[in-house]
Amino acid sequence: MSSLSFIDVSVSYGRSVAVTSFNDTVHPGEWLCLIGPNGAGKSSLLRSAAGLVTYSGSVLVDGSPLNLRSARRRAALVAHVPQSPAMPDDMTAFEYVLLGRNPYVGYFGQETKQDRMMVQRVIERLDLQPFATRPLGTLSGGERQRLVIARALAQEAPIMLLDEPTAALDIGHQQQALELVDSLRREHGFTVVSAMHDLTLAGLYSDRLALLHQGHCVASGPAQEVLKAETLSEFYGVSVSVHHEEDGTVVVVPRRTVPLA
Amino acid sequence: MIPNKELQLPRSWWTPVACIVVGCAFLFGAMIGPAGPVWWRVPGELLDHLPWISVHSGASNLESTVLWQIRMPRVVLAGIVGAMLSLAGASFQGVFRNPLVDPYLLGVAGGAGLGATVVIVTGRAASSSWPIDPLPLAAFVGGLLAVLVTYTVGSAFGSSKTSSATLVLAGVAVTSLATALQTFMLQRNTDVVRQVYSWILGRLSTATWGDVRLVLPYVIISSGVLLWHRRLLDVLRVGDDEAQSLGARVTRIRLTVVIAATLGTAAVVSVSGLIGFVGIVVPHVVRLLAGSSYRRILPLTVLFGAAFLIIADIPGRILSDPAETPIGVVTAFLGAPFFIVVLRSRQGTSR
Repeated sequence: MSSLSFIDVSVSYGRSVAVTSFNDTVHPGEWLCLIGPNGAGKSSLLRSAAGLVTYSGSVLVDGSPLNLRSARRRAALVAHVPQSPAMPDDMTAFEYVLLGRNPYVGYFGQETKQDRMMVQRVIERLDLQPFATRPLGTLSGGERQRLVIARALAQEAPIMLLDEPTAALDIGHQQQALELVDSLRREHGFTVVSAMHDLTLAGLYSDRLALLHQGHCVASGPAQEVLKAETLSEFYGVSVSVHHEEDGTVVVVPRRTVPLA
Repeated sequence: MIPNKELQLPRSWWTPVACIVVGCAFLFGAMIGPAGPVWWRVPGELLDHLPWISVHSGASNLESTVLWQIRMPRVVLAGIVGAMLSLAGASFQGVFRNPLVDPYLLGVAGGAGLGATVVIVTGRAASSSWPIDPLPLAAFVGGLLAVLVTYTVGSAFGSSKTSSATLVLAGVAVTSLATALQTFMLQRNTDVVRQVYSWILGRLSTATWGDVRLVLPYVIISSGVLLWHRRLLDVLRVGDDEAQSLGARVTRIRLTVVIAATLGTAAVVSVSGLIGFVGIVVPHVVRLLAGSSYRRILPLTVLFGAAFLIIADIPGRILSDPAETPIGVVTAFLGAPFFIVVLRSRQGTSR
C-alpha cells in the first residue's frame, strides 16, 4: 500500500501548458478518478507520475520523490496503462504480460523461472489461459484490455495509473474491466489513479473525483459533490441532468439542447 | 504478421535445425570451387585437420593448400560477414521498430563507400608502402564517421519523442550526401570506376585468414553486445513510452545497440564490400519461421545469416569461371525473389 502525492505539479510541452500546479494526495488503497474535457491535462498528469514527461514540482510515493529513483525502481512502484497501448500483432499474450517483469530483471539478465510462474499466476487470475499462446493480433478489444491490466499486475507496482481504461470497450466490457481493477485493488491494496470520460462510471467506481479544466483542478471530492449539472455545464459546456439513485450512485445523462419535437 | 501454421516446427527445434543448415552450408562451401581437391576428398581433408583424427584424404599438397588457404578463409569469412550483417539488420529492425530497415540505414554503407572511393581514387590502394591495407581502414573509418554524423544531426534536431524517426531521416540525408560525393569523385576519375564498382558490389574472392583475423574481434564484441540486448529489444516492441514506463532506458538502449551494430557492420563491410539484402532478408525469414520474439530471432539470424551468405557465395565461383560474379549481385538475385515470396506470404497471413 502506497500513497501518491502531487505537489505543485506543472507540465508543459514547449509553450503550451498542460497542467498548472496540481496538488493532491491519493491515499493508500484509494481510487482517484481524473475527469475533465479533452485536453484538460488528465493524461499529462498521469504521464508525469509515470515518468514519461518532464514536469516541475514533485511527485511523491510514500513521501519520497519519484524522479530521484532509477527507471526500474520507479516502474516497480508505478504501473501505467496508456490510453491506446501498442500491442504488436505477432507478440503472444504470454510474452506481452512477461514484459511487466522488466523492472525486476537486470539490464543484461533474463526473466527467472519465478518471473514466469508469477506471470502464469496473473494470467490464470484474469482467466486469460485460453489466450496465453495466441498472438495479440487475433484477440478482441476486451481481451486486449485485460492483457494490458495483466501486464500492469505483473509489474507488482502498488500504484496503478489507468489512462482511459474503457475507451475502446462496449458497455459490458467496460463494466468487466472496471470491476476487475476494483477487485484487484481490494485484493492487493492498490492505489489507483484513472482518467475517464464516462462520468457515471467514474463516479461509480472511484472514491473521489478531481475535475480538471485547462490544466487547473477546479473541483475535487466525492461524486455527489463534483458531479453537479451547473459545474459540468460550466467546464464541459454540456447540458446534462444529474440523477441521484437511492444507493448513492450519481447518474449523468446528456440532454438535447434543441428540444425534441 | 502471423506466421503460417504449416511453417511452424516446435520452436525449440529451430536452433538445432539452424546448426545443421550452417554445417551443411559450410561443407558445401568447402567442397565446391573451380580449383582444389575433388569434392569427395574435402570431408576427409577437413577431418584430418581435427585433433586426434588422422584420415588420408588422398588430396595432393597443392590441392590441400588451395582448400586451406583459398577456399576455407573464404567460407569462414562469408559465414562471419553473413552472420554479422543479419544480426545487425535484425537489431536495427528491433531498435527502430521498423521491419524494413537494414544495417546500412544510418549511413554505414555510404560512408564506407566514400572512404573506399577516396583511397582508390587517390591511388593509395596500390601502394605497398603502408603497413596495413588502407582500403578496409578507410572504409571502416568512413562508415563509422557517417553514422556519427547521422547520430549527431539526428539527436540535435529531434526531440526525445521523435528521435528515432529523425535519426532515420538523418541517415537518409547522410547516405545521399556520401553517395553524391562518391559519384562526383568517380565522374572525375572514370579510370577507377571498375575497381570501385567491384568493391561496392561486394567481394569475398580475395578473402584471406588475415581478413578473418581482422574482423573477428569486432564481430565478437558487436554480436556479444547485440545478443545480450535481445530481451530488451522485446521490451522496445511496445514503443518508447511504454518501454520507458516499464523501466527500460530507451535512449541508452538504442544508442548502445546502434553503436554495436555499426561497429560490427563497418568492420565486415571494410573487408567484404557492400553486400546488400542479407541484413533484411535473413531476419525476415527467421521471423517467419520461428516467431517474432527477438530472443529467438537474434540467435537464429546469426546461424541462418552465416548459412545464407556461404551458400550465396557458391554460385559466384562457378557461374562465370574464371571470372567472379560479385556476391552482392548473387545475394540480390537470390534475395529479391525470396523477399517477394516472404512479403506475399506475410500479406496472406496477416489480418
